[in-house]
Amino acid sequence: MTVRQFKVWRGDAAGGQLNDYKVEVNEGEVVLDVIHRLQATQEPDLACRWNCKAGKCGSCSMEINGMPRLGCMTRMSTFEEDETISITPLRAFPVIRDLVTDVSFNYQKAQEMPAFAPPADLAPGEYRMQQIDVERSQEFRKCIECFLCQNTCHVVRDHDENKPAFSGPRLFIRAAELDMHPLDARHDRKEIAQQSQGLGYCNITKCCTEVCPEHIKITDNAIIPMKERVVDRRYDPLVVFGRKILRRDQLAATVPAGPTVHAGPVTVTDGQAPVDFGRELTPPQPTDVNASGHVNLNEMLSDRAAAASPFGDDITFPINPNSLNYYHPER
Amino acid sequence: MTTTATRPAGAKPRAAIEAKTLRTDRWWLAPVLTVIGLTAWVAYATFRVFMQKLYWVDAYHYLTPFYSPCVSKGCYPAAAEFGRFIPDNPLIPFAALSLPFLLLFRLTCYYYRKAYYRSFWLSPPACAVPDGHAKYSGETRFPLIFQNAHRYAFYAAVLISLINTWDAVLAMHSPSGFGFGLGNVILWINVIMLWAYTASCHSCRHIIGGRLKHFSKHPVRYKLWSWVSVLNTRHMGLAWITLATLALTDFYIMGLAAGWWSDLRFIG
Repeated sequence: MTVRQFKVWRGDAAGGQLNDYKVEVNEGEVVLDVIHRLQATQEPDLACRWNCKAGKCGSCSMEINGMPRLGCMTRMSTFEEDETISITPLRAFPVIRDLVTDVSFNYQKAQEMPAFAPPADLAPGEYRMQQIDVERSQEFRKCIECFLCQNTCHVVRDHDENKPAFSGPRLFIRAAELDMHPLDARHDRKEIAQQSQGLGYCNITKCCTEVCPEHIKITDNAIIPMKERVVDRRYDPLVVFGRKILRRDQLAATVPAGPTVHAGPVTVTDGQAPVDFGRELTPPQPTDVNASGHVNLNEMLSDRAAAASPFGDDITFPINPNSLNYYHPER
Repeated sequence: MTTTATRPAGAKPRAAIEAKTLRTDRWWLAPVLTVIGLTAWVAYATFRVFMQKLYWVDAYHYLTPFYSPCVSKGCYPAAAEFGRFIPDNPLIPFAALSLPFLLLFRLTCYYYRKAYYRSFWLSPPACAVPDGHAKYSGETRFPLIFQNAHRYAFYAAVLISLINTWDAVLAMHSPSGFGFGLGNVILWINVIMLWAYTASCHSCRHIIGGRLKHFSKHPVRYKLWSWVSVLNTRHMGLAWITLATLALTDFYIMGLAAGWWSDLRFIG
């Protein structure tokens, strides 16, 4: 155990300062443990977001020694014992209190992003994709929305005036994920990325990739491929010429351009909703339990090879869409 | 009457932290090294390109990559494999056909862009270190919107790499016919590295397969794409390695042509 020096920013929208603290540090601890000890022993009202302590929820984003990092994934052993460690809130977002910032900018940008567009000729349950077609998109699904990339990107961090025009790296990986999705029916994602999301503001200095705790190659695998896809559509005279001749641009306009809200409006004909959203569905039945109220884990007694599903074992896939309170807007 | 809480108008303030950056590591080291490395290389290359001598070793047919293809009327006839048709002028490099495109290829390269935006333009100098400029519009308007032309520079670079390969083949020469020496080893290493750098280009990765939506329908392009992707992760390393191999190859041939040292010959 050692006692180490910390500088923690305390304050709110009205102002604040870096306060000095001496906190005990034990072997194997991370910065978030120190914050918790600080709350327990010296500053009970220190505000800090946290949840999983395992680098999977993306809550404890903060700036440690000036670098945007997750508090729970920054080991104390990476610092010198005599080093003073500074801990501040994320700088790119408005502060609420202490280490807690208002990250609603990111939610606003996420809402402006057109959602996955289901293919018109397939019903839910009929979607089939090959692994190699979804591999690229799966990398981006690792995102835990800690917003460290959004915070470190100098386009908005140092130039607040760019916020309306620029969505940020987190939304660029979303754009790439959907544009590379084998079943996404939208053809205008490149235009949206360029015109609404502000892809052109990115000057690929790769700080988003450097701070990503999930090690997503944001720049190489999402932003640069999206930039190249935009070049295909907008800056490549050969492709533009080819599209004009083959009239591809007229085929493409099946989905309206521009941002849409996530769930499209449900068409109701003559007062008859296609699905009665209020109907009571039979809930999945729980698995059989033995006399002591437990699930049979003994393979001699259980009727299946794997563990019982907590959602019930009476579900078979693909699920019959008629048994869901869900309506596919284009079917 | 009910009152609703309203938020104060205007942007809410960020945390008031006085220090511009609280980073304690040597974040300035990488941009400083980049400035030193790129400046030194550009200075050497400019000096050599306008020197207009010591670029050709007649005995072994070694031609430095800075003078390939040698198309000026001032070139040695033996070095001018593709003819001599541009005017001989001290301000026009002998390889004036290829050098502008190579410059463009590297200027618009996604790695070099990162390198010089960070180090020369300080936008930003390092992560979470403030931008050196008050205004920022990125690559949305003139002149930086032309960074989008990278793929055309890539096409040109492929052609020039073919010419460099042809140079390396022709250099397997000695006064008695076939020959092989240390100069050939250096030339071939340079050519292989140039191909690796060119093939690892992000535009190449896109063109070869990255632009597809369904890899499963294009198994050959998928395979090519996965190979290019492996190279692509080393694009930065290859960018620096090729700067080094280009300068070293040129320097070795300059030394040979000036008689500072003689070529170590294995055959011929």
